[in-house]
Amino acid sequence: MDTNNGSDTKPGSLTRQNDHLLHRLYDLQQQFHHIPQQSIINLATELKLPISQIEGVVDFYSFFHRSPRGRYDILFSNCTSCGDLAMMQQLCEKLNVSPGNTRADGSVSIDATSCIGMCDQGPALLVNGRTITQLSAQRLEMIASHVEAATPLDQWPAEWFRVQDNVRKNGLLLGTAFDTGSALSAAINMEPEALLAEITKSGLRGRGGAGFGTGMKWKFCREAKGDAHYVICNADEGEPGTFKDRILLTSHAHAVFEGMTLCGYVIGAQKGYLYLRAEYRYLLPELYAVLSRRQQAGLLGAGILGQTGFDFDIDIIVGAGAYICGEESSLIESMEQKRGIPRVRPPFPVTSGFLGQPTVVNNVETLAAAAQIAIHGSEWFNTQGSDKSDGTKILSVSGDCTTPGIYEYPFGVSIQKILDDCGAENVQAIQVGGPSGTLIGPDEFERKLGFEDLATGGSFMIFGAERDLLAVISNFAHFFAHESCGFCTPCRVGTSLLKNGLDKIVSGHGTRYDMDEMYRMATLVKRRSHCGLGQTAANPVLDALQRFPKLFEERLLHSEYAPHFDLDASLEEARRITHRDDAEAHLS
Amino acid sequence: MSEPTNKTITIDGREIPFEEGQTIMDAALAADIYIPHLCHRPGLSPHGSCKLCTVEVNGRSASACTLPASSGQEISNNTDALNEVRKTITQMLFVEGNHFCPSCEKTGNCTLQAVAYHLDMLDGHFPQFYPRREVDASHPGIMLDRDRCILCELCVRASREVDGKDVFAITGRGTDARLIVNSESGKLVDTNITTDDLAAHICPVGAILIKEEGYEVPIGRRTFDLHMVGEPGLEPVILRKGQHSDEH
Ligand SMILES: Cc1cc2nc3c(=O)[nH]c(=O)nc-3n(C[C@H](O)[C@H](O)[C@H](O)COP(=O)(O)O)c2cc1C
Ligand code: SF4
Ligand code: SF4
Ligand code: FES
Repeated sequence: MDTNNGSDTKPGSLTRQNDHLLHRLYDLQQQFHHIPQQSIINLATELKLPISQIEGVVDFYSFFHRSPRGRYDILFSNCTSCGDLAMMQQLCEKLNVSPGNTRADGSVSIDATSCIGMCDQGPALLVNGRTITQLSAQRLEMIASHVEAATPLDQWPAEWFRVQDNVRKNGLLLGTAFDTGSALSAAINMEPEALLAEITKSGLRGRGGAGFGTGMKWKFCREAKGDAHYVICNADEGEPGTFKDRILLTSHAHAVFEGMTLCGYVIGAQKGYLYLRAEYRYLLPELYAVLSRRQQAGLLGAGILGQTGFDFDIDIIVGAGAYICGEESSLIESMEQKRGIPRVRPPFPVTSGFLGQPTVVNNVETLAAAAQIAIHGSEWFNTQGSDKSDGTKILSVSGDCTTPGIYEYPFGVSIQKILDDCGAENVQAIQVGGPSGTLIGPDEFERKLGFEDLATGGSFMIFGAERDLLAVISNFAHFFAHESCGFCTPCRVGTSLLKNGLDKIVSGHGTRYDMDEMYRMATLVKRRSHCGLGQTAANPVLDALQRFPKLFEERLLHSEYAPHFDLDASLEEARRITHRDDAEAHLS
Repeated sequence: MSEPTNKTITIDGREIPFEEGQTIMDAALAADIYIPHLCHRPGLSPHGSCKLCTVEVNGRSASACTLPASSGQEISNNTDALNEVRKTITQMLFVEGNHFCPSCEKTGNCTLQAVAYHLDMLDGHFPQFYPRREVDASHPGIMLDRDRCILCELCVRASREVDGKDVFAITGRGTDARLIVNSESGKLVDTNITTDDLAAHICPVGAILIKEEGYEVPIGRRTFDLHMVGEPGLEPVILRKGQHSDEH
């Protein structure tokens, strides 16, 4: 299925959380191209929130700004799969604006942003929050003229905004037809306990990366005492190279919502939330439509399928550009209209989550799988897969191959098999599970996907022989430094130090000492950080140092030590101001 | 068989008791065991951000100030390896801000500085970040110099939890994180903070200073001129202001 991403607001719609701070700020950003201080003050009064809390939120999320962006605010993905920063540079030149800035006439601003999940159809960008895929030199040319002519976005060619599913290989989940409502019908013929037992027996483990047993999570939450219970579907999908949840939300939304409803049935929740990353905002109209169809069909609301006491509703909260909000406790903070700072754990969300109440946070794919398991039973699911990893996994395959897209495999599939299927040859390395996962080289392509070997949330990035792998590692280091929430010292400062260290080596100024320092810092960031972001942020550096040391060594200066600080370069500004460039004006 | 009545944990081989609900830090402080810390103060809710209190619990890294104590925990604290980690973290805090100790009124009373001495830190080691941060001198009695802020949020929590106000907050993300003031103008003068507030005194570094008290206590007789940061029972001494720290 294709989707065209159009305008997203559905005023007065049943499910739109009109007064949620993130949504209010989005409206203001659209209206004024920034969030004026006076609006912050007004909102604080209206929503009864501290001014500092609103300012904190504005400054935390990438898509809110304190100073005006252009009437066309263009964000190029900087992902190694769906980004092309050379194109960004070209468009900047065509439109006479520098990256990160707004043109003096206020018409346009251009910047880079973290992966926007279009890795199978890049290069891609967002313009005023709407996705344009498959950029080409010609498309850039036309974008530039539309901007100059101030053509309203709705009149830009519709095919630019087309986002494709690109499903290349079906498996259990994608290949089995799902009759809307059938999982709920099956469920109400069982007691919640029996359904829980079936989910547990299936061996389903979380698809968001950590792989916690889904049955166990639901059981803990069900047993936890609280005034209310909540179900949250984590559709933040921020890991670079991941886009499989986008396909599930595009073409299998009923299964996802039904999985949430089932979870509500099991844990005794009456309210569920879909937390959607802002980059997928274009999916909103269709998601709202699916929700209202489900309401009309008695699959949501009060007395689901005529069962008294089975009440469940779903709202959607849209993020605003922050990878950390995929971390479940940050996500909950974000839903509570705060900065997305990970909580101290314990307590875990199953006992104290949204509004301090027992909460299940599950990945999109986990919930879709749960719905199918309710219909077809645990055996249908766990006869596929490997020893410790039951069932199948949906992969987002991108990078240097002939057919990037969505591939579903039983766990236990070898890396080589996937490479053969997607037409990847002459492969230098693969990033399994995205930047936070594992970087492997050709001697490990017989390894298998699964929690017992190579765990993955679904990102599968392929780097061919021609790629500058060190530039890739450096890209990842920049990603983590940009996305660190800033709460704890090891990650806040450490990811910046790693980024700077890599820049130094990439630019040919590094020494053996810098390599050793990088290893030491990477180990500290990994071991001592507060949450999963910091604990995985150094993986690309550590993996590359271990598996591809030559990459670094080839770029080293052949001295033991070179300072970070280049004395001569720092005099450049003084030389410019004084119009000097003679020998005396240089230090060597 | 008799149930063991006393719950205990073991820190560097020493068995100490704890009560239900205590963190490892609480239990250690009660037993006069020093675990280096910056974002923690007894009486305020634990935060867990500076990571100076990093210990190893049964081999796994954890923050002593937030992890609940539970029976049988084997904790490493005062080891060379952990102190090396803490020294690095302290260096990271130094280079991230702008700390020119000789010109800072807090010198000698500064817990960051004291911790650095305790950990034998001799230099910042890493390249300086040289961030640009704003000074807020608007308030008649209180000075806010963000250059020295280490984002420990002690002032944020003290204002909320003890003073019953909500004067401070953190904004931004990553290395852009910074302290802000909760008022329309963003200035301290437009808040209801007073020099009697705990929030005005709790800053472990020289980011929040009481005006017109500068150098009342001469260098050489300041808290950490006379005490080691790891001394038992020092918390109240660190907080006591406007007095020579050897007075009572
Ligand atoms: C930095 C970070 C980002 C994450 N992003 C996501 C995400 O985008 N989607 C997701 O489902 N889980 C993400 N997770 C994992 C969640 O914290 C959580 O484990 C997961 O949503 C639980 O669902 P599951 O059990 O179904 O996998 C992230 C974790 C971290 C540390
Ligand atoms: S590890 Fe990074 S993202 Fe996680 S809490 Fe610390 S600073 Fe924030
Ligand atoms: S001003 Fe002081 S107390 Fe407040 S966060 Fe900064 S360092 Fe901590
Ligand atoms: S004292 Fe424990 S993290 Fe700061």
